[in-house]
Amino acid sequence: MNTATVQPTAEAQPQRPWAVKRSTRMFSAGRLLAFAVAAFGITLVTPLANVDGWAIAFLLVNIVWNLGVTSKLGAKERKDALLRLTITSLGMLAFIPWLSIFVSVLLKGYRALYPGYFVGDMRVTTPDDEFNMGGAGHAIVGSLIMVAIATVVTLPLGILSGIYLTEVRGRLTFLVRFIVQSMAGVPSVVAGLFIFTTVVQSMGKYSGLAGGLALAVLMLPTVSRTAEEVLKLVPDDLRNAGYALGARQWRTALMVVLPTVRAGLVTAAILGIARVIGETAPLLLTSLNTNGFVFNPFGGTVASLPTYIFAMFVYGTEYSTARAWTGSLVLLAFVLFFFLLARRLGGRKTAVKTKK
Amino acid sequence: MTVIYSRADKVFRGIVTAGALTSLILLGLIAAFLIFRSADTFRTFGFDFITGAEWFSAGDGFEADDVFSIGPMIVGSIVVALIAMSMAIPLAIGGALYIEFYAPRSIYRVLVSLLDLAAAIPSLIFGLWGIEVFTSIGVRWSTFLNDRLGFIPIFSVDFVNFGRSPFVAGCVLAALVVPITTSVAREVYSRTPRDLVDTCYALGGTKWGAIRTVVMPYGRSGVIAGAMLGLGRALGETVAIYLMLNLVFSYSYRILDSAGGNVASMIALKFGEATTKEISALIAAGLVLFIITLIVNMIASSIVQRTTPRA
Repeated sequence: MNTATVQPTAEAQPQRPWAVKRSTRMFSAGRLLAFAVAAFGITLVTPLANVDGWAIAFLLVNIVWNLGVTSKLGAKERKDALLRLTITSLGMLAFIPWLSIFVSVLLKGYRALYPGYFVGDMRVTTPDDEFNMGGAGHAIVGSLIMVAIATVVTLPLGILSGIYLTEVRGRLTFLVRFIVQSMAGVPSVVAGLFIFTTVVQSMGKYSGLAGGLALAVLMLPTVSRTAEEVLKLVPDDLRNAGYALGARQWRTALMVVLPTVRAGLVTAAILGIARVIGETAPLLLTSLNTNGFVFNPFGGTVASLPTYIFAMFVYGTEYSTARAWTGSLVLLAFVLFFFLLARRLGGRKTAVKTKK
Repeated sequence: MTVIYSRADKVFRGIVTAGALTSLILLGLIAAFLIFRSADTFRTFGFDFITGAEWFSAGDGFEADDVFSIGPMIVGSIVVALIAMSMAIPLAIGGALYIEFYAPRSIYRVLVSLLDLAAAIPSLIFGLWGIEVFTSIGVRWSTFLNDRLGFIPIFSVDFVNFGRSPFVAGCVLAALVVPITTSVAREVYSRTPRDLVDTCYALGGTKWGAIRTVVMPYGRSGVIAGAMLGLGRALGETVAIYLMLNLVFSYSYRILDSAGGNVASMIALKFGEATTKEISALIAAGLVLFIITLIVNMIASSIVQRTTPRA
C-alpha cells in the first residue's frame, strides 16, 4: 500500500438512502397516468361523466389500489393510506377552483384584448361593438387614482398604528390590535354605505375621492397589520444601540427603526393595494361608473376597473361579456403584479435580516 | 424599570397613539353614522324591520305606503354562508394539512404563494367564474341531489331550474372563502412543535396518527378562528352573490330553488333607484349586517389573539 502516487480517494458523496429513487418516482407517475386513463374508461361506461365524474372515478381507482397494496399490512397502514388519499384529494379540490379561475380568465379574456384596450374609453363605443374599438383606459386610470388616494390616506395611519404596537406599546396595545383585526372583516358594502352617508351626501355628488376613501376604510387593516408584522422583525439590538448612543425614543423610532424597514413598509402598502384594487361593492355606492376619462377626483362619477367589468357583465351580450372577461384579465394582472412586487420587496428585506 | 420620557418623546407618543386610535375612531364613526342615518327606519318599523318579509317602496311622495323589512335576506345570508362553510371547512383543513404535511417540499413555497394569491382574487371575478364556468357543474350536482335526495324537503324544488340557486352560489362562495380559512389553518399547523410530531413517529405512529393526536388538537382553535373569519367574509359578500342569485323576497328553505339573496347584495341591488326613505332603510340593513359580521369577527380575532404566542 505504499505506492508513491497518491490515489485520489473518491470524495465521499452524501448518500441519501431515504430519498425517493428515480425509478420509484417514474413508477408512481406511470401508475397515476394509468389510473387517469382507467378513470376515463370508467366515465365512458358508467353514469359518471364529465370532469367531476372523472375526478370521482380517479379517486375510486386510487382507493382500490391503496386498499390492495395495504391489504397485507394491517389496519393502521390501511387507515394511513386512505387518509393520505383523503387529504390529498381535499387539498387538490381546494386548489382546483383558483386554477380554473386563472385559466378561464386567460382563455376568455384574451379575445377582446388589443393594444388600444389600455388607452381607449367607451364614450363612442357601445359594449356591442367590435373588439378593436374602445377600451378600458378610463377605468384603469380611475382605479389607479382611487387606489392612490386610498394609499395616501392609509399608509401614514397604518405606519403610526404599527409604531404604536411595536415601539410605544401603550396601555391600548391589546385594544388597538383587536380593533384592527375586527375591522378587517367589515363587509365592503358597509364601507361603501358609510362613505356614502358621509362624503357623498355632504359633497352632494359621487366622486373619485369618495371611492378612494371607501377603499381606504378597507385597506387600513391590511396595511396596519402588515406594518406591525414588519416592525416586529426589527431586532431589539438596533433599538438598544440607538438608546445607547443617547437618542431618545422618538429619534430611535424615526431614524433607526423606520429606515430599517423601509422596503417592508412599501410591501405593506402594496399588499393593501392588491387587497382593494378589485373591490366592487363600495365603488357601486360611491364612485359609480362613466364612459370617459376623468382625472379630477372631485368631479363627479369616475369609472374603475371593477365597476367597468361589472357594468359590462350585467349588460349581458356576447361582446360585452367578452369585454368583462378582458377587464378581469387586466384586473387580475394588476393584482398579480402588485402581489409579486410585494413578494420581491419582502424577500429582499428578509435577506438583509438573515445576513446580519 | 421606570422610563423617563423627554417632552419630545411625549409629543411623539401622543401623535403615534392618536394615529393608532384612528381605526378605533373609524369603527365608532361607521357605527355612529349608520345608526344616525337609519334611525328613521327603525323608528317607523321597529323590530319588524328584522323579522318582516316585505320590501315595498311606493316612490317619492307616497312614503306612507312604504314597507321595509329584511327578514328573508338575513335568513338568506345565513343559509348561503352555511352552505359555503360546510364545504369550505373540510376543504380548508384538507388543503392546510396537504400543504404542511403531504405536499412535496419542492412545491411547498409555490403552494403557499398560490394560497396567498388566491386570497387576493377579487370576489367580482369569482362571480363571473361562478356564472360562466361553474354553473354547468353546479347544475349537474343540483340535479343529482334533487333526483336522489329530493324527498328531503331542503332538496325539493318547485320548478326544475337549478342555475341560480343558493346551493350553486354557496359552492362559489366556498371557493372564495377557502383561501382565507386555509391560510389561517396552515399558519397554525405550521407552528406545531416539531418535537411532538417526531415523538409520534419515534413511537411507531403513522403520519395520520401524528396528525390526529398532535397536529389537529394543537391547531383546533386556529381552525375555528379561520372558519369564523371565513364566515364573516361569506356573510358580507356582495357582488358574487349579486351576480349569482335572483333576489326573491320570501322565506325559503329550499336550497336548490332559483331564489334567494343576502343582505349585502340586496343593498347593492336596491341602491341604484332608491328613494330617500329607501336609502335610510338600506342603511339600516347595512347596520344589521355590520353588527352581525362585527360580532363574528370579534369572536374570531379574540380566538386568534388568545392563541398567537406573544412576540
